[in-house]
Amino acid sequence: MNVFLLSPDQDFDLTQKLPDNASILIQDLELDTLFESMAQGDRFLFDIAKPAVLFSLDSTDAISYRQEILKDCLKHPEVIRQIYHLPLQAIENKRRQWMGIFSHYPGAILRGSREMLQMFIGLLKELRIIADEHAEAFTSRGFIQFFAMIRRELDDDYFSVVQRLLKELQFQHGILLSAELGQGNEGCHTTLRKPNSPGGTWLTRVLTRKTPTYSFTLHPRDNAGARALSELRDRGLNSVADKVAQSADHIDNFFKTLRQELAFYLGCLNVHQELSQLQEPIAFPQPVTTRERLHSFAGLYDVTLALTLKQGVVGNNVNADNKNLILITGANQGGKTTFLRSIGLAQLMMQCGMFVAAESFSANLCRGLFTHFKREEDASMKSGKLDEELARMDTIVGELEPDTLVLFNESFAATNEREGSEIARQIVTALLEQRIKVFFVTHLYKFAGDYFAQKLDHSLFLRATRTASGERTYQLQIRAPLPTSYGLDLYHSVFDAGKPPSHP
Amino acid sequence: MTFFSILFARSEYATGNKLPEKAAFYKDLCLDQIIEAITARKPEYDLKSFFYQPLHDSETIRFRHEVMRDLTDADIRISISTFTDQMILVRRYLALITKLNFEYHKKGWFLEAAVVYCNAVLELSRNLNRNELQSRGLLEFRTYVTAYIQSQEFQSLREDAHQVKDGLQGVKYCVILQDGKFKVKKYEGEIEYSSEVEEILARFKQGTVKQYLTKLPERRGVNHIEEKILEFVARLFPELFDSLRQFCNRHESFVAQTLHKFDCEIQFYIAYLEFIADIKTKGLKFCYPQLSASSHEVYVRDSFDLALANRLLATPDAVVCNDFFLQGSERIIVVTGPNQGGKTTFARQFGQMHYLASLGYPVPGTVARLFLFDQILTHFERAEDIHNLRGKLQDDLLRIHEVLSSATANSILILNEIFASTTLKDAVVLSEEIMTRVMAQDSLCVWVTFIDELSCLSEKTVSMVSTVDPENQAERTFKIIRMPANGLAYALSLAEKHGLTYAQIRKRIPS
Repeated sequence: MNVFLLSPDQDFDLTQKLPDNASILIQDLELDTLFESMAQGDRFLFDIAKPAVLFSLDSTDAISYRQEILKDCLKHPEVIRQIYHLPLQAIENKRRQWMGIFSHYPGAILRGSREMLQMFIGLLKELRIIADEHAEAFTSRGFIQFFAMIRRELDDDYFSVVQRLLKELQFQHGILLSAELGQGNEGCHTTLRKPNSPGGTWLTRVLTRKTPTYSFTLHPRDNAGARALSELRDRGLNSVADKVAQSADHIDNFFKTLRQELAFYLGCLNVHQELSQLQEPIAFPQPVTTRERLHSFAGLYDVTLALTLKQGVVGNNVNADNKNLILITGANQGGKTTFLRSIGLAQLMMQCGMFVAAESFSANLCRGLFTHFKREEDASMKSGKLDEELARMDTIVGELEPDTLVLFNESFAATNEREGSEIARQIVTALLEQRIKVFFVTHLYKFAGDYFAQKLDHSLFLRATRTASGERTYQLQIRAPLPTSYGLDLYHSVFDAGKPPSHP
Repeated sequence: MTFFSILFARSEYATGNKLPEKAAFYKDLCLDQIIEAITARKPEYDLKSFFYQPLHDSETIRFRHEVMRDLTDADIRISISTFTDQMILVRRYLALITKLNFEYHKKGWFLEAAVVYCNAVLELSRNLNRNELQSRGLLEFRTYVTAYIQSQEFQSLREDAHQVKDGLQGVKYCVILQDGKFKVKKYEGEIEYSSEVEEILARFKQGTVKQYLTKLPERRGVNHIEEKILEFVARLFPELFDSLRQFCNRHESFVAQTLHKFDCEIQFYIAYLEFIADIKTKGLKFCYPQLSASSHEVYVRDSFDLALANRLLATPDAVVCNDFFLQGSERIIVVTGPNQGGKTTFARQFGQMHYLASLGYPVPGTVARLFLFDQILTHFERAEDIHNLRGKLQDDLLRIHEVLSSATANSILILNEIFASTTLKDAVVLSEEIMTRVMAQDSLCVWVTFIDELSCLSEKTVSMVSTVDPENQAERTFKIIRMPANGLAYALSLAEKHGLTYAQIRKRIPS
């Protein structure tokens, strides 16, 4: 019994460690805002959103598998919520009835797991009914497979066989063990056995048979004896208790997995709902393989900015197909960082099977996404800052491979422009030669200008622009880098509040 | 069929005097740590006493070297360790008997012990006969074992044990448990139940889950229920239990005394071999030293402090090796140089090597010629007295007097920073006085000091210096090299620790 709603042939492993750069991505791309929108206050949804978004898929097929399922979910949200209720019910039942397999004694383990199994069987019957009613309406490969599995594995005959077994396991007539003499004449190989009774009732026949039998009845106050007897009983039940408890665990895991995997889609439904209230567009992206170089989109916006401002935000249209270096320069607060973030977010959302925040989006998949953003909070410790920047870069380089994507935001500006440019040049040149795609927001004019002068086919230069009146448009255009940026404007707007910025 | 000992060629050599465990040099040279580390590997045996009995005759040392070399052969080692491992089991089973109540449980474990013992001895004999032994010790031991297994005593023990054990092993019975009572009967082919359960529930399987098999304690038949069950089983199979009773009466104490003693003594070698095998993983070497009681000429190459090496085992730190030699009239190595440069370690190492050699052990190094001493005497600073300066000087002098008055030309003296807490002038004068006496005594001596002058007092003294890396003077190399004493190294390394050398200052200021 497998869920397989996140991948056609394996479960989604929540316990695995997040990628090493997860916390950096979360910080640089403001991912928590996205996770919170997915969660809508539900802690569990939040916890699932995180790994689900951060463990990127890297095949177009794996992505379309999820995209199909997500489309089914968008069509039948009420059925999805109905199924999602079952694992919640399992948790609630366990909590209310103190159910669990906590003991260290096989007898108690057997009792606990038998009761749990009984409870699970009830919920599995409900799941069968949902499958019977709704299976036809679903068209994704994932849901077709899921419902078919439920109807195949959980047929009525099987339910009745399990029911009979659960009754037998109460051992109402006692238990039969075999043993041999081991070292020091101590009993060993204790094995639970089924009595030789053609009628099938436990131990009724065997006791009446005429084989030499010695029996012993404990004195009612012989507590030590009673304890020893129950120890022996435990020894006999150990293996069977293990089997039943494992089985209860398997079903428990099935429900846990079901809950986890549906949680991702519920998260997507939640974001979708919030964005449609803001009247912001979404699009199912069209991924191509990691070897290709594609990046073209219309109306790509920073979804976390929209969710934070609770309003529509400016989107960008860019065609960067066949490019592997995209250098972004221009006005401060001109939307450069927002643009860079929208690139990163779209990549992650695409590679987890989600829709993206754009009117249309197509890009090649990458084997890994890395961000190297300047850290404002370290500005005070000037001397250590470049060191810190280079240390982070060192870590990133340690994880890079061909067909990864690196987003730089004002990196290596902690030293003077000449040195910073040289460091950046050396690093970026090396990355490009290793087939790594680079987006680089920079004020290092020497660095950007030198690249522009080379007129390389595979590079693209974007600039944050402003209108004739000096207002920022927050939109990027294809422009050559300019030697100065507009920091002075910002300076004035902060220091001479009220005065209109001077401009040519 | 006699065999005396694997530690001494003949009984008359085994009478050497034992040193008091508390002798100061054990602690000063960290020999206590080494002994502890070696013996801790074999808690089952009382090995310590062997370590306090240094040998003074090269004959017994050679005898031990031979055994040691045999034991470095993997096949021979396996022969021996297979045997001693099983002997541990024998003792464990026999000890169990005293803790049990019920006759058939006690007798059951007695039988187990005998079975293991017989197999152990036979396997030992088989293995030893395959081994290419060279040492007198193990050759004689093999002769003994061969004779022993052919003895009537051993033969009947073995046959009886196997016969009884085979019978009991075939017993299979059933217990039916109900509330407050149970029944015992013979097994009649009833089928196993838990795999049937597993089969029915197989459909729910997905991935792997936790094991719920409880680790039930291996109870040693202590409760009366198990006794009762065994009693019923004995009634179901009476002949088998009769033969068990007869076996126990016939073979009351079956372990041969000679094997018992060998089992313990051989651990003296094995424990050390296992200990140095770990040390060797750090790329360090051991060798069999040449020993002489007449010549004071000694030398060692690539040697190290074994206690330090043992402490560094769990760390990635490398152990630094050192060489030394004394030739002609040279007797006294005067060690000077920077603190924390490995001077004390070097002094310890000198003493350790000689002591380990006197136990018949291989010593740290690739080649060694050592002196067969009559005693090792040490004087290391006693930290606890540091506040009472006057008392301390007096104490120092008393101790040094004691050392000198018991030393002979055949003794080894290790003096570490004596007079460190008095004034330099006093220290120089006193040290020179003591040095003169040591020279007159003609003892071998290692003297760690901060007083450079001592290193060139006469043709008997040799100067060795702890050094620093010429490239990076703050990094101490822990190499002790034969060269003239040079107070500068110490001053330089201190300056360097504070980052104040010329090269550093240039690098630290950005250009």
